[in-house]
Order: sequence, then structure tokens, then C-alpha cells
Amino acid sequence: MRPLKHLFGIADLDREQIEYLVNLGDSFIEINRRSLKKAPTLRGKTVINLFFENSTRTRTSFELAGKRLSADVINISASTSATKKGETLLDTGQTLAAMQPHVLVIRHSLAGTCEFLADYLPNTALVNAGDGAHEHPTQILTDLLTLKQAWGNPEGKVITMVGDIAHSRVARSHMLAAKKMGYTMRIVAPKTLLPDQVERYGCEVYHDFDEALPGSDAVYMLRVQTERLTDNCAFPSVREYNEAYGLNAKRLKSAGSDAIVMHPGPMNRGVEISTDVADSVHSHILSQVELGVAVRMAVLAALCGGTGEES
Amino acid sequence: MSLLLIKNGQLIDPGNGIDEKSDLWIRDGIVIAIGAYDAAADEVIDASGKIVCPGLIDMHVHLREPGQEWKEDIESGSRAAVAGGVTSMCCMPNTGPHIDHAGVALQIVARARQVGLCNVHPIGAVTKNLDGKELTEMRELSRAGCVAFSDDGMPIWHAGVMRKALEYSSSFGYMVIQHAEEKELTAGGAVNEGWISTQLGVTGMPVEGEDSMIARDIMLTRRTDARYHVAHISSMGGVELVRQARAEGLKVTTEAAPHHFALTEEEVLGYNSDAKMSPPLRTEEDRLAVIEGLRDGTIEVIATDHAPHHEDDKRCGLSCAAFGIVGLETMLPVSLDLVRGGVLTMSDMIAKMTCNPARLLNLDAGTLSVGAEADVTIFDADATWTVDRETLVSKGKNTPWHGKGMTGLVTHTVKAGRLVFAEGEVCG
Repeated sequence: MRPLKHLFGIADLDREQIEYLVNLGDSFIEINRRSLKKAPTLRGKTVINLFFENSTRTRTSFELAGKRLSADVINISASTSATKKGETLLDTGQTLAAMQPHVLVIRHSLAGTCEFLADYLPNTALVNAGDGAHEHPTQILTDLLTLKQAWGNPEGKVITMVGDIAHSRVARSHMLAAKKMGYTMRIVAPKTLLPDQVERYGCEVYHDFDEALPGSDAVYMLRVQTERLTDNCAFPSVREYNEAYGLNAKRLKSAGSDAIVMHPGPMNRGVEISTDVADSVHSHILSQVELGVAVRMAVLAALCGGTGEES
Repeated sequence: MSLLLIKNGQLIDPGNGIDEKSDLWIRDGIVIAIGAYDAAADEVIDASGKIVCPGLIDMHVHLREPGQEWKEDIESGSRAAVAGGVTSMCCMPNTGPHIDHAGVALQIVARARQVGLCNVHPIGAVTKNLDGKELTEMRELSRAGCVAFSDDGMPIWHAGVMRKALEYSSSFGYMVIQHAEEKELTAGGAVNEGWISTQLGVTGMPVEGEDSMIARDIMLTRRTDARYHVAHISSMGGVELVRQARAEGLKVTTEAAPHHFALTEEEVLGYNSDAKMSPPLRTEEDRLAVIEGLRDGTIEVIATDHAPHHEDDKRCGLSCAAFGIVGLETMLPVSLDLVRGGVLTMSDMIAKMTCNPARLLNLDAGTLSVGAEADVTIFDADATWTVDRETLVSKGKNTPWHGKGMTGLVTHTVKAGRLVFAEGEVCG
């Protein structure tokens, strides 16, 4: 397998690497479920979580992943000023890299943050924890582990993803993964929330949610940022969004009784997803959260040269 | 009294229909003869195997002075110009303060004369503060040396203001140069909108932002019988709109920048901020349309939109990086690809950087007519070199061609009879 130096996105991974990370994550699940949640894999390694965007779940997930593998983990919440954030980013990145961490986990609103920083931080492994509307690879690896648990293999399955595809890094990473792993992505959104030429990812594009649902093996709801929705005339109102694209129990029925429901969190209950679905047996949303820790353990281990065996 | 002889070169002077192997004689800064002349020269430049043409004109540059001298100034910009074979250039008014009153224009002209390497003709602002609301005192700006008017960097976006600008400017024969960009469509954008912007997750600037404003402006030009020039045209639709307007007989002209006919949006893959400019690099289809526009004469001028920036303005990720690239020093070799590719004859290419912009702007430059000021560029069309950002003369190092090979090298630049660039060095 090609060794991993960084994790920028799904675009840079081949199928073998994706399967390796998912399987390694699978092997780490057990550590998270024990009473003594610690393995020595990353002893002596330093991981810095540098988050320029608010995130409870992803940051906590990375933090636990590092700590449970015995790495020293530092969390930094940096703020971005609207105009000079790029310069702050470079200075901050170089400053932290000078302290010789093994891994820098970065979330930033700027697409291409890791690609940009990598040129200046040659000795630090960079993990993209979400960069603007570009990629969110650990979320997709998490989802693939979730699907592995649910189905064994996602190949040939249909995942219907609904929401603001245009601004979604989860959507882009998933569409890239679908092609590599052999599942189908159905994308559901009005044109105002679709990026240009999205069909070139090889996905199926729908504007009508109800039309897309039949035959879906999973329904994947994206978080709606309500301010983004109405500010840009992308949607007239949250109320109408819910009517057109909200998932509720009644709607889910047309996807079939085995369909699973996913969401990268945090959920807007009553907007894109209703409580009767979010808390139903169909929902794998909390499973995604749990497995996210295992997958991030796998990513950190792979980047630090650790292997599953050492755990 | 000094007599300069440039001998044995292929003399190409499109404005006078000359394309022949001939000698060029210059006395006291003035062209005095082409061909035989019975006198002993004080100084001889051997141009054997080279092309001798009028000093190039770049009608679209940003010199950053006054206001942003850490990016470029009139001296460094003039040095970059002559290194690229350019002896006259027009600087855009988005300086600080803007060129929206005569004092700034006079200051620029005076400073350029003091530097003495390259003619610098200011482009005056169309509106005060470039904010698209109130017209500038164009007559006074014209008297202070402004050769055309533009809010470049910003479009003149209100249709009503644009109408008045066209009416007023054309009453006195002035040309309005538009940076055609409907900001309502391009807000937040960094690159061309399309499959590339989608993959990068970066907000795109749709081609309709350019096309719609050109379409609107052409309608207003028709009504006002004005002179309208589209800056840095980059789109297939825009070229076609200009072509139709010209066929109709409207006074519509346009220019293309070398990057728009040499490169496509693919350059921004990998988040390359040195390939970010406005209008953005577009698709191959657009690139070919610009080339066709150059070939059929729809696009009469090649101009660089030379936009130097400090490293800090570019080194912050694609979405945050400043728009623009430097172009003065790569204009000629990149444009020579059009000749090598059979799109233009050598003479036609030279015309687009000499007599054509001179005609649009009423500049007393761009030919080698006997009696004209002797601005001359000598280049070796076949010499190869590699662009190295560190050795660019401009303060701006923001070039998408760093490390790329170029064919075509300026060997000498003569300004008013004085050698200002020779063998890789700016003189003085």
C-alpha cells in the first residue's frame, strides 16, 4: 500500500488505502468499548488539534482518538479574522510546527488549507478535519465504517444525500469515495444548493426528495445552516425547506423498511430531520459518532507509522 | 549629437507596413532613416537574426504608486517594462489615492519622466473613489495626461452611471475601459465557476458575470455612440458579443491578456494562488475563443493586466489571495506562441502591442516612422529561457510561469534613442 504522509482528502486516497483505514478503525472499536480505554500505539507522539471553526464533535473525536492511543494531545481553538485569516493561518501553522508535533489536525473555513500549509510545514503530518467546502475525509471514513458495520460492504448500495451540497465538504468527499468504493450517491437539492457540474462526480442528481427515496439503502441528511440558506436567496424559508427536503418518518417509509439514516451532525431537529426519524431504529447517527473515534485512531496511527497490531 | 545604428535586423513596423531586413538609424532620440544612410554611426547594435520593432505598448498595467509601493512602484515597474520590451504603458487608477483627480495623474507622469525608462500614461478613474457613483473631472484629468478612463479592478456597475459615463466621455472623444464583471454574480468568487471550482470547494465566478456586463455595456454604447473598450476579455461569450458589436459598426474594442490565451483554469488545481486573477482563467473553450478573436481581429490589443502583489498577499490560500499576476516580462514570449501556432503573423502580433493600442489611445508611439521618437524593441524570437520568479525585475513575483520555459527573448530596448535594456540588464 502507498504510505500516507498526510490526509488531505478522499481524492488522494486509493481504494486500498481507504479499506486499510476503515479496517484499522474497525480493529480499534474494541478499545473504545473496554473499561480501560488505552492502548500504547502512539506513546511519545504529539498531536495538535488546530480548529479555526467551532466543532465539538470532530475535535472531541480527534482528542479522544489520540488520547486513547496514548499520544499527547493539545487542542487549540483559533479564531479567524475575516480579512487576514490566511496570514494568521500560515503563521499559526509554522509556529505550531516549530514545536515538532507529529500530527497537526486542522479545521478551517478555507478550502485547500492543508494543501496550502503543506508547502511550508514539510516535517509535520497534516490531517484535514474539514476545509471549507472542499473535503472532510475522516467523516467519510467514519461513514464507511458505519456502513461496513451495517451492511458488510457498501458496494452496489444507494446512498441518498440531501441538503446544501454546494457548501458541503461531506458531500464532495462522499461523491469521491462512492466512485472508488462502488456505491451510488443520489444527490438531492434545489439548484440553488448544488455546485456547478456536480453530475461529473458520477452521482445521480435529484431536485425532488420523494422521487429520490425509493430504492435508497441509506438516507444521509446534511445539516442546514439556516443563515446561509436564506441570506443568499438559496431558499425562501426554513419552513419551506422542511416541507421540501426534511426527512420524517412518513417520508422515510418510501425508502424501504431496511433503509438506514445518517447525519454528520450536529442535527437541526425539525429542520432537515425530525425527531421521529433521528431517534428511530433506522438511525445510525450515534453509531457514526462512536465509530468516528475509532476511525480517527486509525488515521493517527497510520500517519505516525503505528499499526493495528501494536494495539 | 549622437547617431545610433541598429543594423541587419528584421525590421517589422506594422503601422507602416514594413517587414524587411533593414537598418534603422536614430539621431538624438529620433528615427531618421530606414535602410541606407550615409553617415558613420557613433554606436552600433548588431541585430542580426533578430527582430527590430517599435517599442511595445502595454495599455493595461498596475504600477501601485502612489499607495502600495511595497508591491511595485513607477521605477520598478518601468524597469520591468523595459526588460519586457515595453516602452509605453498605461497605468490603472486603483492606486491610493486613486487617479481620480489631476494631482495624482500629474504626480505619476512627473515621476515616470524622472525615472526616464518608459512612457507612463495614466488611465483616469471614471468615478470618484472608483465607487461607481459620481463622475470624475475627465477634462481636467485628460489635460493632466490621462489617455482613457476606467474604474479597473472595479466595474462601473450601475447601468445609469455607465450610461452617463459613456455619454459624457464620448462628448470629448474619451474612451471608457470597462472591467466587465457583474459583482452580484461573482461575489466571493476566486476562480472560474465550473467543474474545477466545484472540485476545489471554492466559490466560482461564472462566465455570465463578464458576459452580461459586456452585453449591457454594448447596448449602452449603441445608444450613446460612445467609445467602449473591454479590458482583459476572457470569455467565449464576451468575444462573440464584441465581434457582433464591431460588425454592427459600434466603437467597441477589446484587449486580451497573455494568460487568457495561454492558460486555462486547470492552473488553479492544487490551490495555486499565482494563477488567480480577475477575470479568472477560464475553460479551454474560452481560451480558444480568445485566440480566434485575436486571429480575426475582434481583439485588437494584447495587454498584460500586470498586477504585482507582495508575497504576503498571495501566500494565504487560494480564496484569500489577492487577484492578479505580473505580466510585463513574459508578455512577448507568451504572445509569440500565437505566431508559432499560426494564429497571427509576426507583424500582426506586433501590431497588437504597438500601433493598435497607440491608435486607440491616440499615443504618439508605436511606429518607427521617420521623425518619430525612437522607441525600439529588439528580440530574438527563438532564444529560450526559463522564468524564475526570483530574477524577475518587477517587485511582484506572482507569476504562473515560474519554472516554465519561454521561447522569445528581448535583447535590447531603446527608449528615445537611449539603450535602456541590453543583454539582460536594465541600464540606468
